[in-house]
Amino acid sequence: MANAAVEPEIVYDKEGNAHEVVDFNNDYEGAKLGFWIFLLTEIMIFSSLFLVYGFYFDQNSSDFVQASEHMNRLLGGINTFVLLVSTLTMGLSVISLKNNDVKKSTKYIWITIVLAAIFLIIKYNEWMIEIGEGFYPSSPYLDSLGNGVKLFFGLYFTLTGLHGVHIIVGIGVMLWILSKIKKGEISSSNFVVLENTALYWDFVHIVWIIVFPIFYLIY
Amino acid sequence: MSSVTKSFYDETHTVFGHHKNKFLQWIFSIDHKRIGIMYAIVMFSFFAIAVIIALLMRLELFSPGQQIMSPERYNQAFTLHGVIMIFIFIIPGIPATLGNFMLPLQIGARDVSFPRLNLFSFWIYVLGVIIAVISLFPGNGVADTGWTFYAPYSTKTGTNVVMALTAAYLLGLASILTGLNFIATVHRLRAPGMGFFKMPLFVWGLYATSWIQLLATPIVGITLILVILERVFGIGIFDPAKGGDPVLLENLFWMYSHPAVYLMILPAFGIASEIIPTFCRKPVFGYRSIAISSAMIAGIGYLVWGHHLFTSGQSDTVALIFSFLTFLVGIPTGIKFFDWIATMYKASIEFKAPMVWALGTFITFIIGGVTGLILGAVGIDIFLHDTYFVVAHFHYAILGGVVSFMFAGIHYWFPKITGRMYDDKKAKIGAYLFFIGFNVLWFPMFIAGNLGMPRRYFDYLPEFTIYHRIATVGSWIFAASLIYIFYVLYKGARYGEKAGPNPWNATTLEWQIPSPPQAENFGELPYIDFDPYEYKDGEPVHHMDLSIKEEKQHG
Repeated sequence: MANAAVEPEIVYDKEGNAHEVVDFNNDYEGAKLGFWIFLLTEIMIFSSLFLVYGFYFDQNSSDFVQASEHMNRLLGGINTFVLLVSTLTMGLSVISLKNNDVKKSTKYIWITIVLAAIFLIIKYNEWMIEIGEGFYPSSPYLDSLGNGVKLFFGLYFTLTGLHGVHIIVGIGVMLWILSKIKKGEISSSNFVVLENTALYWDFVHIVWIIVFPIFYLIY
Repeated sequence: MSSVTKSFYDETHTVFGHHKNKFLQWIFSIDHKRIGIMYAIVMFSFFAIAVIIALLMRLELFSPGQQIMSPERYNQAFTLHGVIMIFIFIIPGIPATLGNFMLPLQIGARDVSFPRLNLFSFWIYVLGVIIAVISLFPGNGVADTGWTFYAPYSTKTGTNVVMALTAAYLLGLASILTGLNFIATVHRLRAPGMGFFKMPLFVWGLYATSWIQLLATPIVGITLILVILERVFGIGIFDPAKGGDPVLLENLFWMYSHPAVYLMILPAFGIASEIIPTFCRKPVFGYRSIAISSAMIAGIGYLVWGHHLFTSGQSDTVALIFSFLTFLVGIPTGIKFFDWIATMYKASIEFKAPMVWALGTFITFIIGGVTGLILGAVGIDIFLHDTYFVVAHFHYAILGGVVSFMFAGIHYWFPKITGRMYDDKKAKIGAYLFFIGFNVLWFPMFIAGNLGMPRRYFDYLPEFTIYHRIATVGSWIFAASLIYIFYVLYKGARYGEKAGPNPWNATTLEWQIPSPPQAENFGELPYIDFDPYEYKDGEPVHHMDLSIKEEKQHG
């Protein structure tokens, strides 16, 4: 498919200047542009949720602050750290691949996958602790608390859940990339897929950087 | 060019290797033209179903009281009609069918930027359609909330709302991916020399639409997910008992769904901007103003959603601001109409079927648009809110605007898509029948709505009988016209004369290649140093043969 040896097609204008025709099968800039547009739609999704959060925070500020005290800041903090380090390793894998060091690149992707899995395991345990304490939507205990607390936990599970889904998708994509690297379909001359995945991973951690303070740090 | 050249019906690019089976060749095809046709087949099948449901609803309303269905069935019928027409038919609508087919041809590209993604979005669309169909059967049957899924009813009713929401979500995702693909295509794959202001106006319409798809659809996507979470887990965001606010749902919903109507109409305006200069044999008047007004409508359309909520208790200040912004949409729309009329001025107009469709739509759409301004005025809207006036307004705008422009486009590009010509005279009869039936069907509803007939009601007071009867008779004429139109087109596709590359003497690039086009559209590409609609003395200025010659195979 991506045959780098194809000669670019040239069209000449009246003055005889050459203009290259973009080959839709092999368009690095197009692939980057498309992915940025995709990230824009992701931004719209999460910003709608932040809008909903802002709306209810405005109406129930004191309840939200009170609910935030029940958050587990230790686990949340560790997770933030884990995710930030995973972004670093993801970036290093792109750099390694561009330097034609496939082995190192593969290693960094594996580290990223492991860190992402650690994030999910910690998140799962955190959810379990909260659910064990009765802080889950429609629980009898939560329903006995103030409206703001209910909304806080409704939004918390929605946002962290959606974020978790993005992490799972990210792990899947990274495994797919590993198989493509093995087959040589992603290489130092054709790395746009890995680069886009790194962009995605950056986006996922930036979302977390917003989610973390608005739930854990407002108490 | 010889008749030996193969068209895209004969050869195609597929995923998962080469396929002998014709059916697999289609559903695995990544050719934008085939994908456009596949969309059209699914869409129009469901269009037919939704029309039949609507005919049954009209039959039910022929007299006061119960005729053929129970009130519960009636609620489900109008929900199903709305969901099919909005999410399955008109939102993919023109971009997914004619847009998919024509966008690369009009900008001189050999396909869209991401052909595989294009096919993938079609599959997601089909998956959404299948889930919508499945939601008809288990339990209490299809959702009865109306296509707007307002809480708290949508979170409480016993019908299959979750499935309907999932379907709508997937259909929205397909629409986002199409928009993404089109934006990348327009930015990256224009033929050398074609600047933004040398693009055909249909491309401008699609481009503006794609931005709406990208910026607005994610909002409704997440909103639908929130309703699902509300139903399944009770997260409380739309539940007043837990401090949630159902009006927030209405805001989020219309933040998408109002821009969505511009998403439907902008490519339709683009079709009109193609047809008018072609059949007037003149360069279009005010090319730049038409192009920019598309972008203006997309921009302003994003800021007017609050006019759906005038009676929801939003503050008077907010209502007035939304009312004012709503009026602003009339300006770029008016600019377009004046440009089209100015193009027709002193032209020797050829009244071929596409032109008749476009002109008929001008009239119905203007009625739809102007009644929109009436509804956009806060005071009058309080009176007319949720009456038949609203129903008539949006059917004039969407059916008498988007769908009939779409028919204009289908008649315009039919020879390019099939390679054959339909019977022009019969096609015109179909168009006239369509507009007669349409007006008989919907115009009485303006009057009934003004007299206070509420929408979505299964029953009505006896004094409204006459309006409902006229409308029901109109619905029969309308349905007959649809059958006739498709019959004429089918005859044309099957037995029509060969159309040749450029039957209308049009100027844009898609007419410089054989009909039907070949697999990768263009052989050699020209350097575009001319405007899209250049006519001199009633003849196109540039004649080109851009077909793929046998000896020079690309890719």
